[in-house]
Amino acid sequence: MIKFNRISFVAVSLSMVLAGCSSAPTDQSTDIEDTTVQTGQVDTSAIEDSAMDMASGADTVFYFDYDKALLKPESRAALLEHAAALNSSPRSVRLEGHADERGTREYNMALGERRANAVKEFMVMQGVSAGLIEVISYGEERAASYGSNDGAWSLNRRVELK
Amino acid sequence: MSRINRICILLLLALPSSAWSELVIRVTQGNDKPTIVAISPIALNGIQIKEDIGRIVEADLKRSGLFSAIPRRDMLAFPAFSKDVYYRDWRMLGAEYLVVGSMALIEEDRYRLDFSLLNVTAQKTEFNHRVSGTKSQMRDLAHLISDKIYQEITGIRGAFSTRLAYVTANLENGKYVYRLHVSDADGAREKLMLESPEPIMSPSWSPNGKELAYVSFETGRPAIFRQNLVNASRQQLTDFSGLNGAPSWSPDGKKMALVLSKDGNPEIYMLDLQSNKFTRLTRHFAIDTEPTWMPDGKNLLFTSDRGGTPQIYKLNVASKATQRLTFRGNYNARASLAPDGRTLALIHRASSTFHVASFDLVTGRLIELTETRLDESPTVAPNGAMLMYATKQGDRGVLAAVSLDAGVRYVLPAKKGDVREPAWSPYLR
Repeated sequence: MIKFNRISFVAVSLSMVLAGCSSAPTDQSTDIEDTTVQTGQVDTSAIEDSAMDMASGADTVFYFDYDKALLKPESRAALLEHAAALNSSPRSVRLEGHADERGTREYNMALGERRANAVKEFMVMQGVSAGLIEVISYGEERAASYGSNDGAWSLNRRVELK
Repeated sequence: MSRINRICILLLLALPSSAWSELVIRVTQGNDKPTIVAISPIALNGIQIKEDIGRIVEADLKRSGLFSAIPRRDMLAFPAFSKDVYYRDWRMLGAEYLVVGSMALIEEDRYRLDFSLLNVTAQKTEFNHRVSGTKSQMRDLAHLISDKIYQEITGIRGAFSTRLAYVTANLENGKYVYRLHVSDADGAREKLMLESPEPIMSPSWSPNGKELAYVSFETGRPAIFRQNLVNASRQQLTDFSGLNGAPSWSPDGKKMALVLSKDGNPEIYMLDLQSNKFTRLTRHFAIDTEPTWMPDGKNLLFTSDRGGTPQIYKLNVASKATQRLTFRGNYNARASLAPDGRTLALIHRASSTFHVASFDLVTGRLIELTETRLDESPTVAPNGAMLMYATKQGDRGVLAAVSLDAGVRYVLPAKKGDVREPAWSPYLR
């Protein structure tokens, strides 16, 4: 066994003498500090639930391939419809980007943002004002489907228009 | 809300598990001959406490993988002082070391514990130590005993008195509730720091262990906050459009590295916590994220996919020069540096599974440490002996630990919900 770092002998402490203790000699002593943890409070009053009706019944969720941020061809029709609706009656929208759980959390935040930006760019190209579109990434923090399998993962790699 | 969720500790070594297959058996060097220690129950002298201090010490030492303990039922006597020890009895039991101790009430809610580490082979006292605290600090007393014993026998500073921060997500009434917790390093005494209906991410300890920085979506967007553990005061540090993420406190506690995407894509920034001034450190169209400080406080490590796949880079804060460090594999991310400043723990993808690997900055050697498949968020203990990470058991997130030589491992399963993003505190005293 490795052995070093012997704790040097310190004279019996005053407190020990005062306490009249006659147990083993004490080399060293430690007082435990109070570090009790308190609970903080969040203020969620700023959150609005933007459950606004989207134009027509067009899809509002757009899916992506693993590790990719390229729009799929099947997302185009619905996005064109949303872009047209926003051009005729402009309003603010949110694009929420998501990733599946594989890989690291902060990298997935960046990946979710990349996906949402891909949707934003498409809509801007269709004439929607960039100022109306807010991009928020949730990374892998808000799964749409729970489970660690391909089916759940494919549903989680998505951008939601709200 | 403040119900304490005890996390029970399972020594994985004792599990007949197939999940941790060959790797475990292959690399148990150094631990096939654990030091055998006997911990005589602490004499309470009539004091009523609910904790069994000897058992806590025993669990600490066993969890390190470097010790095995003589069961109490085999002990012939429970000495409390070295003068009462018959070394021969302990030698017969095979004990190499013996711990004895005795508690006394010194004033209102102030307890004193005198303990000694005895070398059974040499028949001598290695050291005596006295620790005092209140009734609510009995686990602190126990962990301090573990620290002192571990250091005396291994020569490595013990990290049993440290803490863990981690995030849980529980489905409650159809909605997820996110919580930031702090517990002892063994998972006991879990305390709630924050509860939110919106995600909480990326906890990072201040170097003095008194504060945590983290990402909270409570405003409807990601923002970085800092929060004091003891008085729960909070301060929002960032409010930019886009990503506000991956906070990492500098070793001197005066700066914070973080990620902002307000420029169009994720870049590493440095926030001066005194002047509130932000300095942009990276300038690249790729993803730059997950900064972590090197011990010198002059360099950062970060993840970037500027080479096509995520890899670890080094960044000099003054010159902003970057250097790619990892080359093996197509996914190396979320570096956590061991206190030696040389060994990195990171997430490495190998044949579509994500493992924790160690990476030696000097030799460039990368070693996979885990065989679980969805590993995340490695965090190295301040003494560099173990690292904690998040992984999946079935569909549930759990915390697990592995030693940096992969010889020792254990899991800390939560009773309910999903546990993720462990952050091991620095030394607290």
